[in-house]
Amino acid sequence: MIEIKGVSKSFGDIIANDNISLQIMESEIVGLIGPDGAGKTTLMRQLCALSHPDQGNIHIDAYDTVKNQYEVRSMIGYMPQRFSLYPDLTIEQNLLFFANLFNTPKKGRQERLEQLYKFSNLKPFQNRQAGKLSGGMKQKLALSCNLIHTPKYLFLDEPTFGVDPVSRQEFWELIKQLRDEGLTVFVSTPYLDEANTFDKLALIFNGKILAYKTPEKIVDSYSDQIFVMQSENYDYFAKMQNVKYLYLFNKELYISFSEAPRQEEWQTWLDNKVINGYNQKQITLEDVFLMQNKHIVSQI
Amino acid sequence: MISVKTTQLTKKFGSFTAVDAVDLEVYKGEIFGFLGANGAGKSTMIRMLCGLLMPSSGEALIDGLDIYKESELIKKRIGYMSQKFSLYNDLTVAENIEFYGGVYSLDKKLIRSKKEEIAVSLNLKEEMKRLTRDVPVGLKQRLALACAMLHDPKIIFLDEPTSGVDPKVRKDFWNIIYDLSEHGKTVFVTTHFMEEAEYCHRLSIMQDGRIIALDSPENMKAIHNEKTIQDVFIKLIKRQNNDEI
Repeated sequence: MIEIKGVSKSFGDIIANDNISLQIMESEIVGLIGPDGAGKTTLMRQLCALSHPDQGNIHIDAYDTVKNQYEVRSMIGYMPQRFSLYPDLTIEQNLLFFANLFNTPKKGRQERLEQLYKFSNLKPFQNRQAGKLSGGMKQKLALSCNLIHTPKYLFLDEPTFGVDPVSRQEFWELIKQLRDEGLTVFVSTPYLDEANTFDKLALIFNGKILAYKTPEKIVDSYSDQIFVMQSENYDYFAKMQNVKYLYLFNKELYISFSEAPRQEEWQTWLDNKVINGYNQKQITLEDVFLMQNKHIVSQI
Repeated sequence: MISVKTTQLTKKFGSFTAVDAVDLEVYKGEIFGFLGANGAGKSTMIRMLCGLLMPSSGEALIDGLDIYKESELIKKRIGYMSQKFSLYNDLTVAENIEFYGGVYSLDKKLIRSKKEEIAVSLNLKEEMKRLTRDVPVGLKQRLALACAMLHDPKIIFLDEPTSGVDPKVRKDFWNIIYDLSEHGKTVFVTTHFMEEAEYCHRLSIMQDGRIIALDSPENMKAIHNEKTIQDVFIKLIKRQNNDEI
């Protein structure tokens, strides 16, 4: 289990992580979702014992990430945002290089390699240089390099950056297979369609965790109604006190009210051509994400 | 009005065919999504359409200009923004604009007015003097687009313009794309975000140098009886892979 207790981290005046507490259970895929600059990478690096909290502490199993950083590192794999393989080494050489880095015993190494080849389908390419692999294959190799020492916990920072949809689907199938075998995975991603398939999501905004639940519960617990109006009268609605959220996208206004308009109000807007039509929108994870941008009404 | 037209456009590298006899017509003001797996031939195609790479055979007209004979003129009519945003991080925001103005040989007066125009439209004040590496990614992205359009091109190529930016920034950027289209610009977009593919007017899916599907997102979903473009994409690419095995 990973136990994060009251973790804060600042860089100068910027509070990157603000009193974060989370418990991550074993054999789960937990997604960290938030805008650029919300503090995702900062948290991720602290979990990997690469930087230390200003306040609070993190335990991975019994180990403190500050006091026992070497024990922690031997239990984890970490794929940073722009993971760099050695392009002039072959797949096999890259894997062996990481095996040496992690100091895995020589005995059993070949078996582990074969397991990873089997699971990643990289065996036929073992002598190909990493620089000559497709984006999806590079991703699988990077993943394999971080699994060579059979970690219990895996940290992935935007692992599917620039990878096409088919390779992405294959990548997540591999991760889910590992989860089912007991691996715990903590991952940040800007792809909300991926996030929808994780076991739990932690929403992070301005360094704070706003929600920590299953994706379904995050969407269900959002009580506001969102309407889509065929209208470009942004300014008209932006002035209304009653409007909590307003966003213009491709000639339609997405809006939520603190109190839903009465039937007469809708009719007046329609009659006066303020809007040309409206319907209630089924709320998605993207809506929940977009609605966290509180300043959205005053924008544009 | 046709903005880009290719006939049997082909590019070979040695024995490898990167683009294989592609016929394509894209209209003025259209937002055209260019999808495909990594290595399907999208980049080669775009580099040819930008006049950067000579085809092995076939024809292409870009805004009516011949790709073989008039590639220098083509470069003045197109803009290109890459996923890496191609800005100089150690130059200030203003210096990047000046630099690109120079690249497109705009005169000093025009560069100055462009700088003011960008400052207003991106709501910049102090940021103009900041190093580009220190500005937020959403702003960097808009700046990269502004620099790619300093010479007022008719056709703009956006190569994964929203990679690595969050969903809010991505949506904001699409509002700009819609705006460009309304002003008559033809926009080519490559993306790996399939929900963005849904925002395009028409889409093509490339595989092994060929276009294996071309239609509006709505028609594509209807024809293949799938709920999302993501599902259509996976279905088509997987089928293609299975055919080969």
